[in-house]
Amino acid sequence: MQATSLIQPVLALVLSPLMFGVINRTKAWFAGRRGPPVLQAYYDLSKLLRKGAVYSRTTTWVFRAGPIVGLAAVLVATVLVPLGGEPAPLAFTGDLILLACVLGLMRFFTVTAALDTGSSFEGMGASREVTFSALAEPALLLGLAAMARLTGSLSLSGMSTAMALETWRQAGPVLALVTAALMVVLLAENARLPVDDPNTHLELTMIHEVMALDHCGPDLAFILYGAALKLWVLAALLVGLMLPVRTGNAWLDIGAGLGAMFAVAVAVGVVESSMARLRLLRVPQLLVGAGALAALALILTLK
Amino acid sequence: MTLDTILILVVLTNLRLLGASRIGASVRTVAVQGILLGLLALLAHHGEPSVSVWLVAVGGAVLKGVVFPWLLLRALRSADVEREVEPFVGPIASLLAGVAALGVSLWLAQRLPLPDGAHSSVLVAVALFSILVGLFLIVARKKAISQVLGFLVMENGIYTFGVALVRESPLLVELGVMLDVFVAVFVMGIALFHISREFDHIDTHELTTLKD
Amino acid sequence: MMGLLVAVAVLVCSALAALLAGRSPRAATALGAGGAVVACAIGLIAAVPVLFGAPAESLHLAWNVPYGTFFVQVDVLSAFFLLPIFGLSALAAVYGTEYLQAWRGRKSLGAVWFFYNLLVASMVLVVLARNGVLFLAAWEMMALTSYFLVTLDHEQDSVREAGWTYLVASHLGTAFLLAMFVLLGRSSGSLDFDRYSSANASALFLLALVGFGTKAGFMPLHVWLPEAHPAAPSHVSALMSGVMIKMGIYGLLRTLTLLGPPPAWWGWVLIGVGLTSGVLGVLFALAQHDLKRLLAYHSVENIGIIALGLGVGLVGVSNGSPVLAVLGFGGGLLHVLNHALFKGLLFLGAGSVQHGAGTLEIDHLGGLAKRMPWTATTFLVGAVAISGLPPLNGFVSEFLIYLGAFNGVTQRAEMAVPLLAAIAGLALIGGLAAACFTKAFGVVFLGEPRSEHAAHAHEAGAAMRWPMALLAVGCALIGFCAPFVVRPLASVLPLVSGLAPETVGEKLGDAADPLGFVAAGGVAFLVLVAGLAWLRRRLLRGRAVAETVTWDCGYAQPSARMQYTASSFAQPLTTLFAPLLRTRRTLAAPEGYFPRAASLSTTTPDTARVALYEPAFSGVGWVLARMRWLQQGRIQLYVLYIALTLLVLLVWKLG
Repeated sequence: MQATSLIQPVLALVLSPLMFGVINRTKAWFAGRRGPPVLQAYYDLSKLLRKGAVYSRTTTWVFRAGPIVGLAAVLVATVLVPLGGEPAPLAFTGDLILLACVLGLMRFFTVTAALDTGSSFEGMGASREVTFSALAEPALLLGLAAMARLTGSLSLSGMSTAMALETWRQAGPVLALVTAALMVVLLAENARLPVDDPNTHLELTMIHEVMALDHCGPDLAFILYGAALKLWVLAALLVGLMLPVRTGNAWLDIGAGLGAMFAVAVAVGVVESSMARLRLLRVPQLLVGAGALAALALILTLK
Repeated sequence: MTLDTILILVVLTNLRLLGASRIGASVRTVAVQGILLGLLALLAHHGEPSVSVWLVAVGGAVLKGVVFPWLLLRALRSADVEREVEPFVGPIASLLAGVAALGVSLWLAQRLPLPDGAHSSVLVAVALFSILVGLFLIVARKKAISQVLGFLVMENGIYTFGVALVRESPLLVELGVMLDVFVAVFVMGIALFHISREFDHIDTHELTTLKD
Repeated sequence: MMGLLVAVAVLVCSALAALLAGRSPRAATALGAGGAVVACAIGLIAAVPVLFGAPAESLHLAWNVPYGTFFVQVDVLSAFFLLPIFGLSALAAVYGTEYLQAWRGRKSLGAVWFFYNLLVASMVLVVLARNGVLFLAAWEMMALTSYFLVTLDHEQDSVREAGWTYLVASHLGTAFLLAMFVLLGRSSGSLDFDRYSSANASALFLLALVGFGTKAGFMPLHVWLPEAHPAAPSHVSALMSGVMIKMGIYGLLRTLTLLGPPPAWWGWVLIGVGLTSGVLGVLFALAQHDLKRLLAYHSVENIGIIALGLGVGLVGVSNGSPVLAVLGFGGGLLHVLNHALFKGLLFLGAGSVQHGAGTLEIDHLGGLAKRMPWTATTFLVGAVAISGLPPLNGFVSEFLIYLGAFNGVTQRAEMAVPLLAAIAGLALIGGLAAACFTKAFGVVFLGEPRSEHAAHAHEAGAAMRWPMALLAVGCALIGFCAPFVVRPLASVLPLVSGLAPETVGEKLGDAADPLGFVAAGGVAFLVLVAGLAWLRRRLLRGRAVAETVTWDCGYAQPSARMQYTASSFAQPLTTLFAPLLRTRRTLAAPEGYFPRAASLSTTTPDTARVALYEPAFSGVGWVLARMRWLQQGRIQLYVLYIALTLLVLLVWKLG
């Protein structure tokens, strides 16, 4: 494990709430508003960490464990993802499987904590969450399988190191298809439009927001920070695998990667500003479409 | 753009057709497919394309990309048809069937004895895929307009097949084929308009009552 | 070898003793359960050394049954399957001592323990037998003893029907096995396993697939599973689901060792079977609202995952890729062990719920975690394990299978295509399993109680709690000590895959490295959880921490019935897959301005049963009804039939 491998996790811990700020600023710019400060998420986190807590009498230890397990799981995911061609701290053959399943662990405990409150709102959000994630997971793994076949490596860091401008020239369409599929998975897993609307708190449009409804204080801070880290992890996955900037200088590469991460945040903001939320019946179609794109990419690499 | 990129875009348009739920989007996708095929004819031509090849390619692109959509959309508008595609097989199942069809086409194309050519087997695979998708659209959609679109996609598939296998096709034959397709679409557009005016819908499922 | 035979003898003797002591339930329980635990301990001590390198022993005695010899042998494959048999049987027996008290006085506990111990003994014999007749005799005894255990509550119609379905399915499968053994032994004239020839390998493979698949629960041969497992008492369900259906997998593996090098299509077929069983199994599980039926369908799903692993291994063997073979077979075999652990745990948990709350209807339960904390915690461990989530054991076996599939995808196209389907299928199965178990755990144990039963539930006693706790600890241990768990596999894999032990050792070593990282990740995860919990306690110290009701959006009187039910939780998924599930709804809608009570009930009959078996059996019944005219009811006619048949046979043989 090199010293440069630790740069990405440190950046993740420090800069991930900034992604929310960038997305919100982009949406505000589209809407002709000033928008909240870019550092708003940090202010929210520090405010929440200074508060007390109120727990529902219906809940058990599962509710109190949910945010902690979720944050721990996504922290483990953070050390698996490469950025800028540098290998991740915990890189090994098959780490992509661990990444997918550790995000699943976070989801399992978030959903069980939501069901613990005995509220029908949270049950509704939980039910939608498990449906959409079950459909998004094949798309994620098929896209990673296409990348594995293309680069010949079964480790995320290996795939990232093998990526170069040459790969784009040779297999551009495959990479474009996988990027599209991974982008849809990113939008679905992080509860962004067109799958979920993070701004509203209406029954019609909530998935992730509603599962955090009964948490408050430090628990809500953990959930918020965990959501920021999850967005960072999936965006870093996209950037680390797709960005072919390899100058040889670790700091330049990581700087380019960081720029691309914020470009992804801007892209998410653009998507959120230009699309309405899909009808709930259409979201499975979108996810299966992403899976079909990933399958197409994999079929193309078979030729 | 290279040949591979165009072929992948053709495959994507086919998948988009399978998953589409509005007729306007389907018609526009078929238009895009027509334009892509014009480009395909130019890029896949062995050697320097002559004037006749240019004529056929551009003419075909204009016909399929501009004229047909205009004809069909006009027929739909005057017939005041609802905008939803009504499928027998839903969008998700259609998409999955499309991916399976793509796999089958690739496998079949590998096993066909083809003439030498750098891209023959891929072109043939995409051609077979378009034919299968066109057939699927005809079979699995209720509205008559979807059957017209399916026919057009099948036609595109057969055209791609020709591009892959035939070195040089006489100008007269190419023009004849284009005229054929144009007349077919024209007639189908008129028929659509009249069916809708007579029965107030273009649901072919309902037309089965005519058999008595 | 002697140790195992002693174990079998102890089981049989304690079975008889329990039957004889049937008058006194306490004596019967003590003899039956005590005998089971002692026998399993002896058996484990005898079996484990074989797994770690002790030489295989055999015993060959003559038997006066035609073609039958008492030929038993314990090699590494048998020893591997003996582990879950002895382990789970002992724990389920301890559990049963308290669980069966509900039947004390109504049923003869001596009979129950008689059949239980004989079931365990027959399973041991199945795994040890090396002669076709002995194997089939043990197989049949396994089926019969489990039938009597399933029909313990035979007063209820549903239980009788379930038992009947089970018996018919089991015997249909055994018919295929009989044909297979006859075909195997035809050329050598003997039914001993070491004298078989592998001619007609494909036909044999298909016969084995159907015959053993019926016992294992492959789709569409699984129809007996969701009927029989819920009908049996919970500790028996745990044994059946955790171990008995693995006897089908054992049989399939043993047949594969006898058949020689496999052609490629065998792997494809197994992957296909695995995918259908996995996906359809978990979909049907999602649509169930009886807890044990849900768990039974999950067994079908996990058998699908095991078949998927075996299929990946077969694809590797037939395509000459040792990595694939090792990872696929290794993952499948490890999942056999893992599934025994967590499915046993989940069924024991379901039994505890039934014991404590009196019902298994998920939509009538709720809030049990406060009243049954041990059951809830162990059930949560089982749920996380069965969903294949790190850091528990389910993830380790699925990781191996995934790794094998990913390895194969990077290779030739003939291998890549089925493995592409395997990856997509495994991902979908994993996601749906997580959905199903969040539903099961969340609706049963969390929230508010939805009925009086649930509100007055009580926790199980010590004899029921300790086996569940031990199984949960086992799940966690395998998860955290994953690199060490693959070592016993190194001795089994050469036998199963036909590869050289050095190749296996080398490839398994390659696989153990990632597992080491996975275990390290698991430890890091635990450290982070502890750290964050400490952080939160520090933050909340000295601050106001209050308790109140759940946020109810201003409703005046939220009731427990307003919570999400299990059916509503699963509704998006069940509607999405409705063409496969064909759920039937009965709806009495609210009418008028001041509606009275309304009701909605859904039931999801098994599609294979409704679309495949019922028409087939009705057809057979129709044909046979046409032959009713043969039975006139007159004795003279029957005697005439007999005389005519005799005459015809004499003329044919002597003419």
